[in-house]
Amino acid sequence: MPETDKASVLHTVPHIALRRRITDHAMTGVAVLTVILVLVPLFAIFAYLVYRGVGSINWAFLTQTPKPVGEAGGGMANAIVGSAFILALASILGVPVGVGAGIYLAEFGRNRLGDVIRFTADVLNGVPSIVIGIVAYAIVVLSQKHFSALAGGVALAIMMVPTIARTTEEMLLLVPQALREAAYGLGIPRWRTTLSITLRTATSGVITGIMLAFARVAGETAPLLFTAFGNQFWNLRVNQPTAALPLQIFTYAISPYDEWHRQAWAGALVLIILIVTAVAAVRFAVRRGTFGAA
Amino acid sequence: MLLCGLAVLAMLVLIVYELVLRSGSSWRAFGFKFFAGRDWDPVNEQFGALPFIYGTLVSSFLALLIAVPLSIGVAVFTTEMCPAMLRGPLSFFVELLAAIPSVVYGLWAIFVLIPLLSNYIEPFLSRTLGWTGLFVGPPYGISMLAAGIILAIMIIPIISSITREVLMVVPQHQREAALALGATRWEMIRVGVLRNARAGIMGGIILGLGRALGETMAVTMVIGNRPEIAKSLFAPGYTMASVLANEFSEATGNVYLSALIEIGLALFLVTIVVNALARLLVWTVTRGQSASAHA
Repeated sequence: MPETDKASVLHTVPHIALRRRITDHAMTGVAVLTVILVLVPLFAIFAYLVYRGVGSINWAFLTQTPKPVGEAGGGMANAIVGSAFILALASILGVPVGVGAGIYLAEFGRNRLGDVIRFTADVLNGVPSIVIGIVAYAIVVLSQKHFSALAGGVALAIMMVPTIARTTEEMLLLVPQALREAAYGLGIPRWRTTLSITLRTATSGVITGIMLAFARVAGETAPLLFTAFGNQFWNLRVNQPTAALPLQIFTYAISPYDEWHRQAWAGALVLIILIVTAVAAVRFAVRRGTFGAA
Repeated sequence: MLLCGLAVLAMLVLIVYELVLRSGSSWRAFGFKFFAGRDWDPVNEQFGALPFIYGTLVSSFLALLIAVPLSIGVAVFTTEMCPAMLRGPLSFFVELLAAIPSVVYGLWAIFVLIPLLSNYIEPFLSRTLGWTGLFVGPPYGISMLAAGIILAIMIIPIISSITREVLMVVPQHQREAALALGATRWEMIRVGVLRNARAGIMGGIILGLGRALGETMAVTMVIGNRPEIAKSLFAPGYTMASVLANEFSEATGNVYLSALIEIGLALFLVTIVVNALARLLVWTVTRGQSASAHA
Protein backbone atom coordinates (compact mmCIF):
# COMPACT_ATOMS: atom_id res chain seq x y z
CA MET A 1 0.00 0.00 0.00
CA PRO A 2 2.64 2.58 0.91
CA GLU A 3 4.37 1.83 -2.35
CA THR A 4 1.29 2.56 -4.45
CA ASP A 5 0.76 5.72 -2.43
CA LYS A 6 4.25 6.81 -3.19
CA ALA A 7 3.82 6.03 -6.83
CA SER A 8 0.59 7.96 -7.08
CA VAL A 9 2.19 10.92 -5.36
CA LEU A 10 5.08 10.82 -7.75
CA HIS A 11 2.67 10.66 -10.61
CA THR A 12 0.34 13.39 -9.45
CA VAL A 13 2.83 16.00 -8.30
CA PRO A 14 4.26 16.83 -11.72
CA HIS A 15 0.74 16.57 -13.12
CA ILE A 16 -0.60 19.18 -10.71
CA ALA A 17 2.44 21.33 -11.18
CA LEU A 18 1.93 21.22 -14.92
CA ARG A 19 -1.72 22.15 -14.56
CA ARG A 20 -0.80 25.05 -12.28
CA ARG A 21 1.85 26.21 -14.68
CA ILE A 22 -0.61 26.10 -17.55
CA THR A 23 -3.21 28.00 -15.53
CA ASP A 24 -0.60 30.59 -14.68
CA HIS A 25 0.35 31.09 -18.32
CA ALA A 26 -3.26 31.06 -19.41
CA MET A 27 -4.23 33.76 -16.93
CA THR A 28 -1.29 35.90 -18.03
CA GLY A 29 -2.55 35.43 -21.57
CA VAL A 30 -6.07 36.43 -20.54
CA ALA A 31 -4.75 39.57 -18.85
CA VAL A 32 -2.80 40.55 -21.96
CA LEU A 33 -5.90 39.89 -24.05
CA THR A 34 -8.02 42.21 -21.89
CA VAL A 35 -5.44 44.96 -22.30
CA ILE A 36 -5.56 44.52 -26.07
CA LEU A 37 -9.37 44.49 -26.08
CA VAL A 38 -9.44 47.73 -24.10
CA LEU A 39 -6.83 49.50 -26.19
CA VAL A 40 -8.35 48.53 -29.56
CA PRO A 41 -11.40 50.83 -29.27
CA LEU A 42 -9.16 53.62 -28.01
CA PHE A 43 -6.92 53.45 -31.05
CA ALA A 44 -9.88 52.82 -33.34
CA ILE A 45 -11.58 55.97 -32.09
CA PHE A 46 -8.50 58.14 -32.41
CA ALA A 47 -7.49 56.74 -35.79
CA TYR A 48 -10.97 57.18 -37.25
CA LEU A 49 -11.32 60.62 -35.71
CA VAL A 50 -8.07 61.82 -37.23
CA TYR A 51 -8.88 60.14 -40.56
CA ARG A 52 -12.30 61.78 -40.86
CA GLY A 53 -11.45 64.99 -39.04
CA VAL A 54 -8.24 66.08 -40.75
CA GLY A 55 -9.86 65.96 -44.19
CA SER A 56 -12.71 68.13 -42.97
CA ILE A 57 -10.95 70.89 -41.07
CA ASN A 58 -10.28 73.89 -43.21
CA TRP A 59 -10.10 77.62 -42.87
CA ALA A 60 -13.83 78.07 -43.47
CA PHE A 61 -14.63 75.59 -40.71
CA LEU A 62 -12.63 77.60 -38.19
CA THR A 63 -13.82 81.06 -39.26
CA GLN A 64 -17.43 80.82 -40.50
CA THR A 65 -20.82 80.25 -38.93
CA PRO A 66 -23.03 77.34 -40.06
CA LYS A 67 -24.64 77.52 -43.50
CA PRO A 68 -28.30 76.52 -43.96
CA VAL A 69 -29.03 72.86 -44.77
CA GLY A 70 -28.13 71.95 -48.33
CA GLU A 71 -25.47 74.60 -48.79
CA ALA A 72 -21.91 73.34 -48.68
CA GLY A 73 -19.29 75.09 -46.59
CA GLY A 74 -19.72 77.03 -43.42
CA GLY A 75 -18.11 76.19 -40.14
CA MET A 76 -18.28 76.13 -36.38
CA ALA A 77 -16.44 79.32 -35.50
CA ASN A 78 -19.36 80.59 -33.42
CA ALA A 79 -19.55 77.27 -31.57
CA ILE A 80 -15.82 77.26 -30.78
CA VAL A 81 -16.00 80.80 -29.44
CA GLY A 82 -19.30 80.03 -27.70
CA SER A 83 -17.74 77.06 -25.91
CA ALA A 84 -14.84 79.21 -24.77
CA PHE A 85 -17.32 81.82 -23.57
CA ILE A 86 -19.44 79.35 -21.57
CA LEU A 87 -16.32 77.72 -20.12
CA ALA A 88 -14.98 81.13 -19.09
CA LEU A 89 -18.28 81.87 -17.31
CA ALA A 90 -18.17 78.46 -15.63
CA SER A 91 -14.58 79.00 -14.49
CA ILE A 92 -15.29 82.47 -13.09
CA LEU A 93 -18.17 81.01 -11.05
CA GLY A 94 -16.73 77.61 -10.19
CA VAL A 95 -13.00 78.01 -9.59
CA PRO A 96 -13.09 80.41 -6.61
CA VAL A 97 -15.77 78.36 -4.85
CA GLY A 98 -13.96 75.10 -5.56
CA VAL A 99 -10.56 76.34 -4.41
CA GLY A 100 -12.16 77.94 -1.34
CA ALA A 101 -13.90 74.72 -0.41
CA GLY A 102 -10.63 72.84 -0.91
CA ILE A 103 -8.80 75.24 1.39
CA TYR A 104 -11.50 74.84 4.00
CA LEU A 105 -11.30 71.05 3.81
CA ALA A 106 -7.51 70.94 4.05
CA GLU A 107 -6.86 73.64 6.63
CA PHE A 108 -10.00 73.76 8.77
CA GLY A 109 -11.89 70.64 7.85
CA ARG A 110 -10.44 68.01 10.18
CA ASN A 111 -13.81 67.62 11.87
CA ARG A 112 -17.33 66.30 11.47
CA LEU A 113 -18.47 69.10 9.17
CA GLY A 114 -15.38 68.61 7.03
CA ASP A 115 -16.20 64.93 6.61
CA VAL A 116 -19.77 65.75 5.62
CA ILE A 117 -18.61 68.28 3.02
CA ARG A 118 -15.97 65.89 1.69
CA PHE A 119 -18.55 63.14 1.29
CA THR A 120 -21.03 65.55 -0.33
CA ALA A 121 -18.40 66.64 -2.83
CA ASP A 122 -17.67 63.03 -3.78
CA VAL A 123 -21.35 62.28 -4.17
CA LEU A 124 -21.91 65.46 -6.24
CA ASN A 125 -19.12 64.25 -8.50
CA GLY A 126 -21.29 61.30 -9.43
CA VAL A 127 -24.53 63.16 -10.13
CA PRO A 128 -25.42 62.68 -13.81
CA SER A 129 -24.62 65.81 -15.80
CA ILE A 130 -28.11 65.86 -17.31
CA VAL A 131 -29.60 66.24 -13.82
CA ILE A 132 -27.32 69.21 -13.21
CA GLY A 133 -28.69 70.60 -16.46
CA ILE A 134 -32.25 70.34 -15.13
CA VAL A 135 -31.28 72.23 -12.00
CA ALA A 136 -29.56 74.99 -13.96
CA TYR A 137 -32.68 75.15 -16.14
CA ALA A 138 -34.91 75.47 -13.08
CA ILE A 139 -32.77 78.15 -11.46
CA VAL A 140 -31.61 80.30 -14.37
CA VAL A 141 -33.70 79.58 -17.46
CA LEU A 142 -37.08 79.63 -15.71
CA SER A 143 -36.31 82.91 -13.96
CA GLN A 144 -34.89 84.55 -17.11
CA LYS A 145 -37.65 83.07 -19.27
CA HIS A 146 -35.19 82.01 -21.99
CA PHE A 147 -32.10 79.88 -22.62
CA SER A 148 -28.78 81.59 -22.04
CA ALA A 149 -25.01 81.27 -21.93
CA LEU A 150 -25.21 82.05 -18.22
CA ALA A 151 -27.39 79.00 -17.58
CA GLY A 152 -24.82 76.83 -19.37
CA GLY A 153 -22.05 78.42 -17.33
CA VAL A 154 -23.90 77.76 -14.07
CA ALA A 155 -24.46 74.10 -14.99
CA LEU A 156 -20.78 73.55 -15.81
CA ALA A 157 -19.67 75.48 -12.72
CA ILE A 158 -21.72 73.18 -10.48
CA MET A 159 -19.88 70.27 -12.09
CA MET A 160 -16.45 71.84 -11.62
CA VAL A 161 -16.69 72.68 -7.93
CA PRO A 162 -16.51 69.19 -6.35
CA THR A 163 -13.57 68.09 -8.51
CA ILE A 164 -11.61 71.28 -7.81
CA ALA A 165 -12.41 71.16 -4.09
CA ARG A 166 -11.12 67.61 -3.68
CA THR A 167 -7.91 68.05 -5.71
CA THR A 168 -7.14 71.38 -4.03
CA GLU A 169 -7.54 69.72 -0.64
CA GLU A 170 -5.21 66.91 -1.63
CA MET A 171 -2.56 69.28 -2.93
CA LEU A 172 -2.68 71.47 0.19
CA LEU A 173 -2.30 68.42 2.42
CA LEU A 174 0.97 67.64 0.63
CA VAL A 175 2.47 70.91 1.86
CA PRO A 176 4.73 70.04 4.81
CA GLN A 177 3.32 70.95 8.22
CA ALA A 178 6.70 72.50 9.11
CA LEU A 179 6.11 75.32 6.63
CA ARG A 180 2.87 76.28 8.38
CA GLU A 181 4.52 76.06 11.78
CA ALA A 182 7.39 78.25 10.62
CA ALA A 183 4.87 80.88 9.55
CA TYR A 184 2.99 80.68 12.86
CA GLY A 185 6.34 81.00 14.64
CA LEU A 186 6.92 84.30 12.87
CA GLY A 187 3.60 85.52 14.25
CA ILE A 188 1.76 85.40 10.94
CA PRO A 189 -1.98 84.92 11.41
CA ARG A 190 -3.57 81.70 10.22
CA TRP A 191 -5.53 83.12 7.27
CA ARG A 192 -2.40 84.85 6.00
CA THR A 193 -0.39 81.66 6.36
CA THR A 194 -2.98 79.73 4.40
CA LEU A 195 -3.08 82.19 1.52
CA SER A 196 0.54 83.29 1.26
CA ILE A 197 2.40 80.17 2.38
CA THR A 198 0.31 77.03 1.95
CA LEU A 199 -1.71 77.92 -1.13
CA ARG A 200 1.31 79.56 -2.74
CA THR A 201 3.44 76.45 -2.25
CA ALA A 202 0.74 74.22 -3.70
CA THR A 203 -0.07 76.49 -6.66
CA SER A 204 1.04 74.11 -9.41
CA GLY A 205 -0.94 71.24 -7.91
CA VAL A 206 -4.05 73.37 -7.50
CA ILE A 207 -3.80 74.52 -11.11
CA THR A 208 -3.53 70.87 -12.14
CA GLY A 209 -6.83 70.17 -10.40
CA ILE A 210 -8.48 73.15 -12.07
CA MET A 211 -7.28 72.03 -15.49
CA LEU A 212 -8.57 68.50 -14.91
CA ALA A 213 -11.99 69.84 -13.96
CA PHE A 214 -11.88 72.16 -16.97
CA ALA A 215 -11.03 69.31 -19.33
CA ARG A 216 -13.84 67.25 -17.87
CA VAL A 217 -16.57 69.84 -18.43
CA ALA A 218 -15.19 71.10 -21.76
CA GLY A 219 -16.68 68.12 -23.59
CA GLU A 220 -19.96 68.06 -21.69
CA THR A 221 -23.04 68.16 -23.87
CA ALA A 222 -25.95 66.97 -21.77
CA PRO A 223 -26.10 69.90 -19.31
CA LEU A 224 -25.98 72.39 -22.18
CA LEU A 225 -28.91 70.96 -24.15
CA PHE A 226 -31.52 72.99 -22.32
CA THR A 227 -29.37 75.71 -20.78
CA ALA A 228 -27.05 77.20 -23.44
CA PHE A 229 -29.35 75.55 -26.04
CA GLY A 230 -27.20 76.31 -29.09
CA ASN A 231 -27.34 79.03 -31.68
CA GLN A 232 -26.66 79.20 -35.42
CA PHE A 233 -25.22 82.69 -35.12
CA TRP A 234 -22.63 84.64 -33.16
CA ASN A 235 -23.52 85.47 -29.61
CA LEU A 236 -21.43 86.87 -26.80
CA ARG A 237 -24.22 88.13 -24.59
CA VAL A 238 -24.57 86.44 -21.25
CA ASN A 239 -28.37 86.26 -21.38
CA GLN A 240 -28.81 84.85 -24.90
CA PRO A 241 -28.72 81.28 -26.24
CA THR A 242 -25.19 80.37 -27.27
CA ALA A 243 -23.65 77.76 -29.54
CA ALA A 244 -21.21 75.27 -28.03
CA LEU A 245 -18.89 72.86 -29.79
CA PRO A 246 -20.21 69.63 -28.19
CA LEU A 247 -23.81 70.68 -28.86
CA GLN A 248 -23.04 71.41 -32.49
CA ILE A 249 -21.32 68.02 -32.87
CA PHE A 250 -24.39 66.30 -31.42
CA THR A 251 -26.84 68.13 -33.69
CA TYR A 252 -24.75 67.41 -36.77
CA ALA A 253 -24.03 63.78 -35.87
CA ILE A 254 -27.70 62.80 -35.65
CA SER A 255 -28.66 64.75 -38.77
CA PRO A 256 -29.11 62.92 -42.09
CA TYR A 257 -26.75 65.18 -44.10
CA ASP A 258 -23.29 64.09 -45.24
CA GLU A 259 -21.96 67.62 -45.17
CA TRP A 260 -23.01 67.97 -41.53
CA HIS A 261 -21.49 64.58 -40.66
CA ARG A 262 -18.20 65.78 -42.12
CA GLN A 263 -18.34 68.89 -39.96
CA ALA A 264 -19.23 66.86 -36.88
CA TRP A 265 -16.01 64.91 -37.30
CA ALA A 266 -14.02 68.11 -37.77
CA GLY A 267 -15.62 69.54 -34.63
CA ALA A 268 -14.90 66.38 -32.66
CA LEU A 269 -11.25 66.49 -33.71
CA VAL A 270 -10.94 70.14 -32.62
CA LEU A 271 -12.61 69.31 -29.29
CA ILE A 272 -10.40 66.28 -28.65
CA ILE A 273 -7.23 68.20 -29.52
CA LEU A 274 -8.18 70.90 -27.02
CA ILE A 275 -8.94 68.39 -24.26
CA VAL A 276 -6.00 66.06 -24.82
CA THR A 277 -3.65 69.02 -24.97
CA ALA A 278 -4.96 70.19 -21.61
CA VAL A 279 -4.67 66.74 -20.02
CA ALA A 280 -1.22 66.07 -21.46
CA ALA A 281 0.02 69.51 -20.38
CA VAL A 282 -1.23 68.79 -16.88
CA ARG A 283 0.49 65.40 -16.79
CA PHE A 284 3.72 66.93 -18.01
CA ALA A 285 3.55 69.74 -15.47
CA VAL A 286 2.77 67.31 -12.67
CA ARG A 287 5.69 65.08 -13.51
CA ARG A 288 8.06 68.04 -13.54
CA GLY A 289 6.68 69.77 -10.47
CA THR A 290 7.07 68.77 -6.87
CA PHE A 291 3.66 67.14 -6.62
CA GLY A 292 3.68 63.64 -8.00
CA ALA A 293 0.37 62.52 -6.59
CA ALA A 294 -1.85 62.57 -9.65
CA MET B 1 -13.48 79.43 3.24
CA LEU B 2 -16.18 77.95 5.42
CA LEU B 3 -18.65 79.68 3.14
CA CYS B 4 -17.21 77.90 0.10
CA GLY B 5 -17.35 74.62 1.95
CA LEU B 6 -20.96 75.22 2.85
CA ALA B 7 -21.62 76.13 -0.79
CA VAL B 8 -20.87 72.50 -1.66
CA LEU B 9 -23.56 71.38 0.77
CA ALA B 10 -25.88 74.09 -0.53
CA MET B 11 -25.53 72.76 -4.08
CA LEU B 12 -26.73 69.33 -3.07
CA VAL B 13 -29.63 70.81 -1.11
CA LEU B 14 -30.49 73.05 -4.07
CA ILE B 15 -30.50 70.10 -6.48
CA VAL B 16 -32.84 68.12 -4.24
CA TYR B 17 -35.07 71.13 -3.58
CA GLU B 18 -35.50 72.09 -7.24
CA LEU B 19 -36.10 68.52 -8.39
CA VAL B 20 -38.67 67.81 -5.68
CA LEU B 21 -40.43 71.14 -6.11
CA ARG B 22 -40.69 70.97 -9.90
CA SER B 23 -41.74 67.35 -10.11
CA GLY B 24 -44.65 68.00 -7.74
CA SER B 25 -47.48 68.18 -10.26
CA SER B 26 -46.48 64.91 -11.90
CA TRP B 27 -46.25 63.27 -8.49
CA ARG B 28 -49.75 64.50 -7.59
CA ALA B 29 -51.15 63.34 -10.91
CA PHE B 30 -49.67 59.83 -11.05
CA GLY B 31 -48.24 58.90 -7.66
CA PHE B 32 -46.43 55.57 -7.55
CA LYS B 33 -48.13 54.48 -10.77
CA PHE B 34 -45.64 56.75 -12.55
CA PHE B 35 -42.91 54.16 -12.07
CA ALA B 36 -45.08 51.20 -13.06
CA GLY B 37 -46.84 52.66 -16.09
CA ARG B 38 -45.73 51.60 -19.56
CA ASP B 39 -47.39 54.35 -21.58
CA TRP B 40 -45.53 57.50 -22.48
CA ASP B 41 -48.03 59.65 -24.29
CA PRO B 42 -47.33 63.40 -24.14
CA VAL B 43 -50.34 64.21 -26.35
CA ASN B 44 -52.84 62.75 -23.87
CA GLU B 45 -50.64 63.62 -20.89
CA GLN B 46 -50.30 60.01 -19.76
CA PHE B 47 -46.86 59.34 -18.36
CA GLY B 48 -45.35 56.06 -17.18
CA ALA B 49 -41.61 55.75 -16.71
CA LEU B 50 -41.18 51.98 -16.72
CA PRO B 51 -39.70 51.66 -20.25
CA PHE B 52 -37.03 54.22 -19.37
CA ILE B 53 -36.20 52.58 -16.06
CA TYR B 54 -35.99 49.24 -17.84
CA GLY B 55 -33.73 50.68 -20.55
CA THR B 56 -31.41 52.33 -18.06
CA LEU B 57 -31.06 49.17 -15.98
CA VAL B 58 -30.58 46.79 -18.89
CA SER B 59 -28.05 48.95 -20.74
CA SER B 60 -26.06 49.58 -17.54
CA PHE B 61 -25.94 45.94 -16.50
CA LEU B 62 -24.98 44.93 -20.02
CA ALA B 63 -22.16 47.46 -19.80
CA LEU B 64 -21.00 46.03 -16.46
CA LEU B 65 -21.09 42.51 -17.86
CA ILE B 66 -18.64 43.53 -20.57
CA ALA B 67 -16.57 46.08 -18.65
CA VAL B 68 -15.92 44.34 -15.34
CA PRO B 69 -13.79 41.40 -16.55
CA LEU B 70 -11.88 43.64 -18.95
CA SER B 71 -11.20 46.32 -16.35
CA ILE B 72 -10.02 43.90 -13.72
CA GLY B 73 -7.81 42.20 -16.30
CA VAL B 74 -6.23 45.51 -17.24
CA ALA B 75 -5.73 46.51 -13.61
CA VAL B 76 -4.16 43.17 -12.70
CA PHE B 77 -1.90 43.34 -15.72
CA THR B 78 -0.68 46.87 -14.98
CA THR B 79 -0.06 46.32 -11.28
CA GLU B 80 1.13 42.70 -11.12
CA MET B 81 2.39 41.52 -14.46
CA CYS B 82 3.64 44.14 -16.81
CA PRO B 83 7.22 45.40 -16.97
CA ALA B 84 7.67 48.63 -14.97
CA MET B 85 8.52 50.40 -18.21
CA LEU B 86 5.05 49.81 -19.66
CA ARG B 87 3.13 50.74 -16.54
CA GLY B 88 3.13 54.53 -17.06
CA PRO B 89 2.14 54.56 -20.75
CA LEU B 90 -0.54 51.90 -20.22
CA SER B 91 -2.33 53.74 -17.47
CA PHE B 92 -1.97 56.94 -19.50
CA PHE B 93 -3.74 55.35 -22.46
CA VAL B 94 -6.55 54.02 -20.32
CA GLU B 95 -6.93 57.45 -18.71
CA LEU B 96 -7.09 58.92 -22.19
CA LEU B 97 -10.23 56.84 -22.77
CA ALA B 98 -11.78 58.73 -19.85
CA ALA B 99 -10.89 62.07 -21.42
CA ILE B 100 -12.87 61.48 -24.63
CA PRO B 101 -16.16 63.39 -24.40
CA SER B 102 -19.38 61.41 -24.44
CA VAL B 103 -20.57 63.04 -27.65
CA VAL B 104 -17.43 61.89 -29.49
CA TYR B 105 -18.05 58.31 -28.36
CA GLY B 106 -21.55 58.68 -29.74
CA LEU B 107 -20.28 60.02 -33.05
CA TRP B 108 -17.85 57.12 -33.38
CA ALA B 109 -20.55 54.65 -32.43
CA ILE B 110 -22.95 55.95 -35.08
CA PHE B 111 -20.44 55.71 -37.90
CA VAL B 112 -18.26 52.74 -36.88
CA LEU B 113 -19.84 50.60 -34.17
CA ILE B 114 -23.39 50.54 -35.57
CA PRO B 115 -22.40 49.41 -39.10
CA LEU B 116 -20.07 46.82 -37.55
CA LEU B 117 -22.90 45.52 -35.38
CA SER B 118 -25.53 45.38 -38.09
CA ASN B 119 -23.28 43.84 -40.74
CA TYR B 120 -21.25 41.32 -38.77
CA ILE B 121 -21.80 41.00 -35.04
CA GLU B 122 -25.60 40.92 -34.81
CA PRO B 123 -26.12 38.41 -37.67
CA PHE B 124 -23.45 36.22 -36.06
CA LEU B 125 -25.06 36.44 -32.61
CA SER B 126 -28.52 35.69 -33.95
CA ARG B 127 -27.18 32.60 -35.78
CA THR B 128 -25.32 31.22 -32.77
CA LEU B 129 -27.30 32.48 -29.79
CA GLY B 130 -30.66 33.22 -31.37
CA TRP B 131 -32.30 30.38 -29.40
CA THR B 132 -31.95 32.36 -26.16
CA GLY B 133 -34.44 34.93 -27.43
CA LEU B 134 -32.03 37.71 -26.50
CA PHE B 135 -30.57 38.05 -29.96
CA VAL B 136 -33.50 38.02 -32.34
CA GLY B 137 -35.07 40.52 -34.70
CA PRO B 138 -33.74 42.60 -37.55
CA PRO B 139 -30.08 43.57 -37.07
CA TYR B 140 -30.32 47.33 -37.55
CA GLY B 141 -27.38 48.05 -35.25
CA ILE B 142 -29.22 50.79 -33.36
CA SER B 143 -30.12 48.82 -30.26
CA MET B 144 -29.86 48.16 -26.56
CA LEU B 145 -26.77 46.08 -27.37
CA ALA B 146 -25.03 49.05 -29.00
CA ALA B 147 -25.80 51.18 -25.93
CA GLY B 148 -24.36 48.50 -23.64
CA ILE B 149 -21.15 48.22 -25.65
CA ILE B 150 -20.52 51.96 -25.87
CA LEU B 151 -21.25 52.34 -22.14
CA ALA B 152 -18.81 49.51 -21.40
CA ILE B 153 -16.04 51.30 -23.29
CA MET B 154 -16.82 54.46 -21.34
CA ILE B 155 -16.77 52.95 -17.84
CA ILE B 156 -13.69 50.75 -18.28
CA PRO B 157 -11.29 53.59 -17.33
CA ILE B 158 -13.21 54.27 -14.10
CA ILE B 159 -13.37 50.68 -12.92
CA SER B 160 -9.83 49.84 -13.94
CA SER B 161 -8.24 52.94 -12.40
CA ILE B 162 -9.95 52.34 -9.06
CA THR B 163 -9.15 48.64 -9.14
CA ARG B 164 -5.52 49.51 -9.87
CA GLU B 165 -5.44 51.84 -6.91
CA VAL B 166 -6.99 49.26 -4.63
CA LEU B 167 -4.57 46.56 -5.79
CA MET B 168 -1.65 48.86 -5.12
CA VAL B 169 -2.56 49.28 -1.46
CA VAL B 170 -2.59 45.51 -0.86
CA PRO B 171 0.46 45.04 1.40
CA GLN B 172 3.54 43.68 -0.34
CA HIS B 173 4.00 40.97 2.31
CA GLN B 174 0.73 39.34 1.23
CA ARG B 175 2.30 38.72 -2.15
CA GLU B 176 5.58 37.57 -0.66
CA ALA B 177 3.82 35.18 1.69
CA ALA B 178 1.89 33.58 -1.17
CA LEU B 179 5.02 33.23 -3.27
CA ALA B 180 6.94 31.78 -0.33
CA LEU B 181 4.30 29.05 -0.03
CA GLY B 182 5.13 28.02 -3.57
CA ALA B 183 2.26 29.75 -5.36
CA THR B 184 2.60 30.52 -9.02
CA ARG B 185 2.13 34.16 -10.02
CA TRP B 186 -1.55 33.69 -10.86
CA GLU B 187 -2.20 31.85 -7.59
CA MET B 188 -0.45 34.68 -5.76
CA ILE B 189 -2.68 37.21 -7.52
CA ARG B 190 -5.83 35.22 -6.83
CA VAL B 191 -5.19 34.37 -3.20
CA GLY B 192 -2.91 37.15 -2.05
CA VAL B 193 -4.10 40.15 -4.03
CA LEU B 194 -7.61 39.88 -5.47
CA ARG B 195 -9.11 38.31 -2.37
CA ASN B 196 -7.79 41.14 -0.21
CA ALA B 197 -9.00 43.78 -2.61
CA ARG B 198 -12.55 42.47 -3.05
CA ALA B 199 -14.34 45.30 -1.24
CA GLY B 200 -12.41 48.00 -3.07
CA ILE B 201 -12.93 46.40 -6.48
CA MET B 202 -16.65 46.16 -5.70
CA GLY B 203 -16.58 49.88 -4.92
CA GLY B 204 -14.97 50.58 -8.30
CA ILE B 205 -17.60 48.49 -10.07
CA ILE B 206 -20.45 50.31 -8.34
CA LEU B 207 -18.86 53.65 -9.21
CA GLY B 208 -18.77 52.50 -12.83
CA LEU B 209 -22.41 51.53 -12.56
CA GLY B 210 -23.22 55.01 -11.27
CA ARG B 211 -21.56 56.53 -14.30
CA ALA B 212 -23.34 54.16 -16.69
CA LEU B 213 -26.76 54.91 -15.19
CA GLY B 214 -26.42 58.65 -15.76
CA GLU B 215 -24.57 58.61 -19.06
CA THR B 216 -26.57 60.53 -21.61
CA MET B 217 -25.22 61.58 -24.96
CA ALA B 218 -23.54 58.48 -26.36
CA VAL B 219 -26.50 56.32 -25.32
CA THR B 220 -29.03 58.73 -26.82
CA MET B 221 -27.18 58.56 -30.11
CA VAL B 222 -27.23 54.75 -30.44
CA ILE B 223 -30.11 53.27 -28.44
CA GLY B 224 -32.90 54.13 -30.86
CA ASN B 225 -35.05 56.15 -28.45
CA ARG B 226 -38.23 54.10 -28.51
CA PRO B 227 -40.10 53.75 -25.18
CA GLU B 228 -40.78 50.03 -25.42
CA ILE B 229 -39.84 47.04 -23.33
CA ALA B 230 -38.42 44.31 -25.52
CA LYS B 231 -36.62 41.15 -24.51
CA SER B 232 -34.32 41.13 -27.52
CA LEU B 233 -31.14 43.14 -27.16
CA PHE B 234 -31.37 43.96 -30.89
CA ALA B 235 -34.50 46.01 -30.27
CA PRO B 236 -34.28 49.76 -29.71
CA GLY B 237 -34.88 51.09 -26.21
CA TYR B 238 -34.83 54.32 -24.29
CA THR B 239 -33.14 55.38 -21.05
CA MET B 240 -34.06 57.87 -18.33
CA ALA B 241 -31.16 60.14 -19.22
CA SER B 242 -31.83 60.08 -22.95
CA VAL B 243 -35.53 60.89 -22.67
CA LEU B 244 -34.47 63.97 -20.72
CA ALA B 245 -31.95 64.89 -23.40
CA ASN B 246 -34.45 64.48 -26.23
CA GLU B 247 -37.67 65.85 -24.84
CA PHE B 248 -36.84 68.32 -22.08
CA SER B 249 -36.37 71.45 -24.17
CA GLU B 250 -39.51 70.64 -26.19
CA ALA B 251 -41.77 69.72 -23.32
CA THR B 252 -44.99 71.62 -23.62
CA GLY B 253 -47.32 71.80 -20.69
CA ASN B 254 -46.73 71.73 -17.01
CA VAL B 255 -47.42 68.05 -16.42
CA TYR B 256 -45.11 66.93 -19.24
CA LEU B 257 -42.21 68.98 -17.92
CA SER B 258 -42.94 67.88 -14.40
CA ALA B 259 -42.99 64.22 -15.46
CA LEU B 260 -39.57 64.64 -17.07
CA ILE B 261 -38.21 66.30 -13.94
CA GLU B 262 -39.57 63.42 -11.88
CA ILE B 263 -37.54 61.05 -14.07
CA GLY B 264 -34.55 63.30 -13.34
CA LEU B 265 -35.26 63.08 -9.62
CA ALA B 266 -35.46 59.28 -9.76
CA LEU B 267 -32.21 59.14 -11.70
CA PHE B 268 -30.59 61.48 -9.19
CA LEU B 269 -31.70 59.44 -6.18
CA VAL B 270 -30.52 56.16 -7.69
CA THR B 271 -27.09 57.54 -8.60
CA ILE B 272 -26.74 59.17 -5.16
CA VAL B 273 -27.35 55.86 -3.42
CA VAL B 274 -25.08 53.97 -5.81
CA ASN B 275 -22.27 56.52 -5.47
CA ALA B 276 -22.51 56.81 -1.71
CA LEU B 277 -22.26 53.04 -1.45
CA ALA B 278 -19.25 52.95 -3.78
CA ARG B 279 -17.45 55.76 -1.95
CA LEU B 280 -17.93 54.05 1.39
CA LEU B 281 -16.47 50.82 0.01
CA VAL B 282 -13.49 52.52 -1.61
CA TRP B 283 -12.88 54.64 1.48
CA THR B 284 -12.76 51.68 3.81
CA VAL B 285 -10.10 50.09 1.64
CA THR B 286 -7.87 53.03 0.75
CA ARG B 287 -8.34 54.91 4.02
CA GLY B 288 -5.16 56.77 4.87
CA GLN B 289 -3.99 56.56 1.28
CA SER B 290 -4.39 59.38 -1.19
CA ALA B 291 -8.02 59.59 -2.25
CA SER B 292 -6.81 60.68 -5.71
CA ALA B 293 -8.43 62.63 -8.46
CA HIS B 294 -10.27 60.08 -10.52
CA ALA B 295 -13.98 60.11 -11.31
